[in-house]
Amino acid sequence: MFRSKRTPSRIPSYLILTLLSVFAVGPVLLLALNSLKTTNEIRANPFGLPQDWLFGNYLSAWVQGAFSTTMVNTLILTGGTISVVVVIGGLAAFALARFRFPGADILSFYLLVGTSVPALVFMVPLYFMWAQVGLINNLFGLIIIYAALNSPFATYLLRSFLISIPADYEEAARIDGASDLQVLTQVILPLSWPGFMTMVLVVGLGVWNEFLFAVTFLQRPELKPISTSVLAFQSRYQRDWGLTSAASMLMVLPIIVLFLFLQRQFIEGLTRGGLKG
Amino acid sequence: MATTSTPAYAGKPAKQVRRSRWRGNLKPWLFMAPLLLLNFVVIIIPSILSVRYAFTDWSGMGPANYVGLANFQEMLSDRFYFKAIWNNVRWTLVFLTVPVGMGLLGATLLASIKRGQMLFRTLFFVPYVLASVVNTYIWKLVLNPVFGVGPWLAERGIPWLDVRFFGTAATSLYAVAFVDNWHFWGFLVVLYLAAMQGVDAQLYEAARMEGATRLQEFWNVTVPGIRPTLVFTLVMIMVWSFLVFDYIYLLTQGGPAHSSEVLATLTYSTAFFSFRVGYATAISLTMTLFSILFISLFAILRRIGWEV
Repeated sequence: MFRSKRTPSRIPSYLILTLLSVFAVGPVLLLALNSLKTTNEIRANPFGLPQDWLFGNYLSAWVQGAFSTTMVNTLILTGGTISVVVVIGGLAAFALARFRFPGADILSFYLLVGTSVPALVFMVPLYFMWAQVGLINNLFGLIIIYAALNSPFATYLLRSFLISIPADYEEAARIDGASDLQVLTQVILPLSWPGFMTMVLVVGLGVWNEFLFAVTFLQRPELKPISTSVLAFQSRYQRDWGLTSAASMLMVLPIIVLFLFLQRQFIEGLTRGGLKG
Repeated sequence: MATTSTPAYAGKPAKQVRRSRWRGNLKPWLFMAPLLLLNFVVIIIPSILSVRYAFTDWSGMGPANYVGLANFQEMLSDRFYFKAIWNNVRWTLVFLTVPVGMGLLGATLLASIKRGQMLFRTLFFVPYVLASVVNTYIWKLVLNPVFGVGPWLAERGIPWLDVRFFGTAATSLYAVAFVDNWHFWGFLVVLYLAAMQGVDAQLYEAARMEGATRLQEFWNVTVPGIRPTLVFTLVMIMVWSFLVFDYIYLLTQGGPAHSSEVLATLTYSTAFFSFRVGYATAISLTMTLFSILFISLFAILRRIGWEV
């Protein structure tokens, strides 16, 4: 009875939701379309389909934007950060999920607040600290920073996964004489890999997209990751909208593909910190 | 010390228990050590240093001279500093209303449908995972003053949008906020939808029995039901709004004529373009102050039993 009364009111719902979807992804589709046009065509026909689909823009953007270098830099930064965060975040999350110890509450609080310390408050002195020890223009120097920045949220995320694993498995292993580290690597890790996967996606996405620290700490062109090199590319070829659109697409395409396959994990991981009650 | 940790001490001799208890207290800290060490070096030590630099005239190189409160006195007579704070306030007001409203609208509509819920949720979330460098570029394209939406509509008789949104002092801040909101609101939809799905369905049924309209249902059932999430997001928005940097730096660099300058962009340009590191750190401390203020607000709300 209620259902039949409600049914007519669903049509406006779908209409508004469709409009909101167009608002959300329309501009991204526009970028995709424009990346296949010449600049002249963009100026003449900014919102239509391309006349001939100019995939050559991607090749030119790849070569002129030195993507084979910047892609590798980004992969090093992403992979390096993930490796460090998996280890230090995994250890810390294990300690917070499995031991009760004095100071644990303060640490948990830091992990939550640590994500909202204003980057610009510590970035300025950090820059000059890093300059003194020669870590400016050094991928490893930036990996250390990214690992530190990402570790609080990663730990928070992992801890919430670890808590949900029943302690029985662990106790069984302990009775068999396993040490803490063995319990972590041989019992907890295999059971909690979805949690680690989610964490890897969140951290990886953050590093892939990161811009402020990259633009400040890496100035040499051959060290730039995609984010800052695409920015430099956009301003160097700023009159060539077709080419710069293709370069921008090269940065987001891998993310869009990954997101469409793993959207559940992405959305869950990214919104986990905001879920309350 | 009742707070020791590892399970299964039972049956061990007293001496060994005492030793393993001590180890039990130390062990979690050993597991925490790498994370803490990294956070100390990268975040905590530089944060403390920035408090120290705020009282100097350091340029980033050479010696730093202690200048007492001079930086803070200068701040009080710095027009751009107050302009930046005011812009952060305007930014906060925009973000407390527009994305929250859109998020609630999107989530309410999604909660009322069954088919396509996941699809819409995914589509709304797409801009949130894309890089700021590309998102800002997309809107430079869409709002281009030569071939963007504005001129296109003007040619067809609708002239209102034919404005240089990023290049006009009156619109620059709102234009940047618009773009940042475009990337952000889908995130709120997901949070609010998850919260709404946790609201007791019986409450909705009761409201319907009593003949509540959809709006009444929203105000009297949904909003109280998702209040913890709602309050949490509002506080986080306040904190983030005083830290905002990326979208402004990428779209306007704080211009034109400081019209979209916020504390973060002012700190950045003061440190890295004017090389006045001492003064920049003094400005950045204002951001810390606001962060502490908003986080305390959150803690107070929690303490007085708001369950947030």
